[in-house]
Amino acid sequence: MPSHDVLIIGAGLAGQRAALAAAETGVTVAIMSKVHPVRSHSVAAAGGINAAVSVDDDWRSHAYDTVKGSDFLGDQDAIEVMCSEAPKEVMHLEHIGVTFHRNETGHLDLRAFGGASVKRTAYVADITGQAILHVLYEQLMKHHETVDRYEEWFTTSLILDAEGTCTGCVARHIRTGRMEVFTAKNVILASGGAGQVWKPTTNALICTADGIAQAYRVGVPLMDMEMIQYHPTTLVENGFLITEGARGEGAHLLNKDGERFMEKYAPNKMELASRDVVSRAEQTEINEGRGVGLNGEGIYLDITVVPKKRTLEALREIVNIGKDFAGVDITREPILIRPGQHYIMGGVKTDIDGATPVKGLYAAGEVACVSVHGGNRLGANSLLDTLIFGRRSGEHAAERSKHMAMPVNDDAILKRDEAMISEIINRPKTGRRISEIKDELGTIMNQKLAVYRDEAGMLEAQEVVKRLKEESRSAYIDDRGTVFNQDVLGAIELGYMLDAAECCVLAALERKESRGAQFRTDYPERNDEEWQKHINTTITADDEPAITYSPVTITQWQPEERKY
Amino acid sequence: MEPKKPPQDFTLRVRRYDPESGEAPYWDEHTIQLEPHRSVLEGLLQAKGRFDGSIGVRCSCKAAICGSCGVRVNGQPGLACHTHLGDALKTAKNGVIDVEPMGNMPVIKDLIVDMDAVHWKKIQRVTPWLLADDENMPEREHIVPKEAMVDVTQTMACIQCGACVSDCLSMEVDPLFIGPAALAKSYRFVGDPRDTQQAERLKDIAEDPHGMYSCTHCFKCIEACPKGVAPMSQIMRLRRRATGDHHIKDRNNGFNHEKAFVKNINKNGLLHENDLLADSFGGKLNPASGLFLAKSLPVITRALLRGKATLKVALLHPHKAPADVKRIFDTIENRDKRNEFNLYISGTDEDNAPNQPEEAPQNGAHAGQEATA
Ligand SMILES: Cc1cc2nc3c(=O)[nH]c(=O)nc-3n(C[C@H](O)[C@H](O)[C@H](O)COP(=O)(O)OP(=O)(O)OC[C@H]3O[C@@H](n4cnc5c(N)ncnc54)[C@H](O)[C@@H]3O)c2cc1C
Ligand code: SF4
Ligand code: SF4
Ligand code: FES
Repeated sequence: MPSHDVLIIGAGLAGQRAALAAAETGVTVAIMSKVHPVRSHSVAAAGGINAAVSVDDDWRSHAYDTVKGSDFLGDQDAIEVMCSEAPKEVMHLEHIGVTFHRNETGHLDLRAFGGASVKRTAYVADITGQAILHVLYEQLMKHHETVDRYEEWFTTSLILDAEGTCTGCVARHIRTGRMEVFTAKNVILASGGAGQVWKPTTNALICTADGIAQAYRVGVPLMDMEMIQYHPTTLVENGFLITEGARGEGAHLLNKDGERFMEKYAPNKMELASRDVVSRAEQTEINEGRGVGLNGEGIYLDITVVPKKRTLEALREIVNIGKDFAGVDITREPILIRPGQHYIMGGVKTDIDGATPVKGLYAAGEVACVSVHGGNRLGANSLLDTLIFGRRSGEHAAERSKHMAMPVNDDAILKRDEAMISEIINRPKTGRRISEIKDELGTIMNQKLAVYRDEAGMLEAQEVVKRLKEESRSAYIDDRGTVFNQDVLGAIELGYMLDAAECCVLAALERKESRGAQFRTDYPERNDEEWQKHINTTITADDEPAITYSPVTITQWQPEERKY
Repeated sequence: MEPKKPPQDFTLRVRRYDPESGEAPYWDEHTIQLEPHRSVLEGLLQAKGRFDGSIGVRCSCKAAICGSCGVRVNGQPGLACHTHLGDALKTAKNGVIDVEPMGNMPVIKDLIVDMDAVHWKKIQRVTPWLLADDENMPEREHIVPKEAMVDVTQTMACIQCGACVSDCLSMEVDPLFIGPAALAKSYRFVGDPRDTQQAERLKDIAEDPHGMYSCTHCFKCIEACPKGVAPMSQIMRLRRRATGDHHIKDRNNGFNHEKAFVKNINKNGLLHENDLLADSFGGKLNPASGLFLAKSLPVITRALLRGKATLKVALLHPHKAPADVKRIFDTIENRDKRNEFNLYISGTDEDNAPNQPEEAPQNGAHAGQEATA
């Protein structure tokens, strides 16, 4: 039975950063991931990472932009921590090898991003996430003696002791099917987001809410789950992301009349207003008949206005995406985009050290909700969030480990999970297929919990999710083997996704106002009096979520009307 | 670009292997329905979702960025998510698209291979982390030339998919060969001005009998790579730096050969093979080297052609006067900067060629690796 001082579940940016920070303090560390670490979804992050590194910038300006971007739902103490520590973190990344692009003087170059008052996004072409993730993995290889890696291990459950303290997890070695109890003094959940709950999504197939649901199931509250980001520029063709970096480099959005319609919605920031604002503007244009493409479902993103040489060196990846996945040469013609599900602001509730209300359990990255993004995340703030709070939870968990003995676990949860898996494998082929249920879930969520929402639609979604949950209990799979049984993992993931969907719908129904990413046509105004607070969903004895509230921390910025 | 087509039937023949069955690998056929511009991965996922969930294939991003889905389609290594069904059909035998696991790595199950046993071991071999000057770390960022960071982006863009490893000819012959991906990774540090151990790194991979001189320029890795990393070009750049900048001994005389080749064309305008042999082997001819040259000539020719669009013109049009060739040489050689193959700096021929001729030759850089003669 492997034991470590700190066990990290997830090896994206948050997880790897946590592992390296914890290892630096001299404690024993393990990092576990259901895919090889460099396959983690952080690899897809394109545009960049925000930090007030320029001499004309100030972290307070970054913090204010973030607070405003969050529509005053972000916790300002956490935002201050993130933004003030950002420059140091970016320099650290540069020192360990990230190949940030430079300006003519050889200093870090910065690009413009949505919702930011100055250029403050450091980048590596449009492969920033990949560049950082691969460099962190280089460091993990370098520190292979101090960080044990469990690659292609799938966590099935967290383990809590009788006092309700987290003492480890149960995981399955995907290659052999072997189940194992991992004991740890502290566990850091860094298992990413929940994009697959929607269809289409910009997120990878592995973003299935595993950590969110695992924490929820052991009683940790989920916060801000109603806040789902629709990114303004995803391909109509297949939902792939075109980075905000494109608009940062100067690309325009046009409706069917060739009009730069953002003039009407955000006369100052235009295409670079916050994402919720731009996505709503696009959806309004589409709904009012000014969309383009087959059924008028799209908007034109015109990158041809960016000098071609610049596009080739700084937006190479989307040149390829345009060519390979949409058959469009973006340097010559506009490309059809629309708002698409991209990010979940909500997640496992933590404090500014990544600690959750359950002792011994931390969370960082997209799985967590600190909450620095509140109602709407600014582009290029997520990479920052993963790194800052990954590092802080790594350090904090390591420190806590130094003052305690190694817990002892029995194999009760292991036995339970083994039984759960063999039950799935042995189901008769009478129910529905997992893939059908997943499709239906994604489709309804994308219809009813998208840019515009209302009560009737969300109640319908709630009913569907309830039914799908029922059906998933008898859904069958084909693979009866143990080696790389991806089928059975898919069935487990579906369960996680349904839990996350249930919480998302409930919280969205609860919030009877419009703020950030949640726009309700039946409550179109922001209502600070009643709703400037976080909504938490916590599991109850009968396996359903219940609502509680927690206050928003305000330090120096009082809510004001939001204009771009 | 091609107009969009409606969904149609595609038949995928998938190489299956179940390690628990005790049976040999076998082929398994499924017919799926998708538009031709959808990927082979989407086809596999449809087959998995609708007919047989037990088909093993690693995948995550579906967008050629995570590097999970390396396979062979009709014998060609690449990413399943980066291969259009329509294109795959064009190279298919009898209208059936074959999908097999990558080569040079042991198969675990179906399309899933053991990357740790081969690919990652080789990456580990090249000290794959930055060796900066830790004692004198600047407080802020290192000040480095803009071009240097854009330059290493091409190797940084490697997603570690293993497609290049799959069909590397040298690795087939010599499993200990460090291989294309790891050598490209090595360039990522050798080309990074912040790294303090460039000479040591180069010496290490030059002296290793399975190191950078074991590459036989077969071009397979360039063809396989979905990200334009062009490992073979990076290997050539490593060699050039090793011999040119650090005077490290060249195990197989490639550097002299390249110099001779360039000199030859400069002098003659066209390739005079007799001179070339003499020049590159310092006049000492022996049958073995003759054989070697005869074999590698087309390859080297192609390599130069890829890099230098202008030379291509010179060579493919025999009536071009040597004066023109000389002018081309003068232009290239009088530039301050070394001419490098680089996708991020120069783009591909496709990027550069049509309808905007004034943009074609950009700051002395060559057309990138997709330019094929
Ligand atoms: C296309 C795209 C572009 C983006 N661009 C940007 C950008 O430019 N700037 C920016 O700031 N943000 C961007 N984002 C958002 C950002 O990339 C993500 O929010 C962030 O990378 C999440 O990192 P993470 O470490 O929390 O999780 P991930 O990188 O998703 O990692 C999750 C890890 O958990 C593991 N895991 C999950 N479940 C289990 C389990 N059951 N058992 C074991 N391991 C498990 C996975 O294997 C993986 O290693 C982008 C997102 C997308 C989709
Ligand atoms: S060119 Fe060299 S490295 Fe590339 S596949 Fe051929 S032998 Fe291998
Ligand atoms: S060099 Fe290209 S083919 Fe080889 S591993 Fe990297 S991305 Fe894949
Ligand atoms: S699925 Fe990520 S590279 Fe193909």
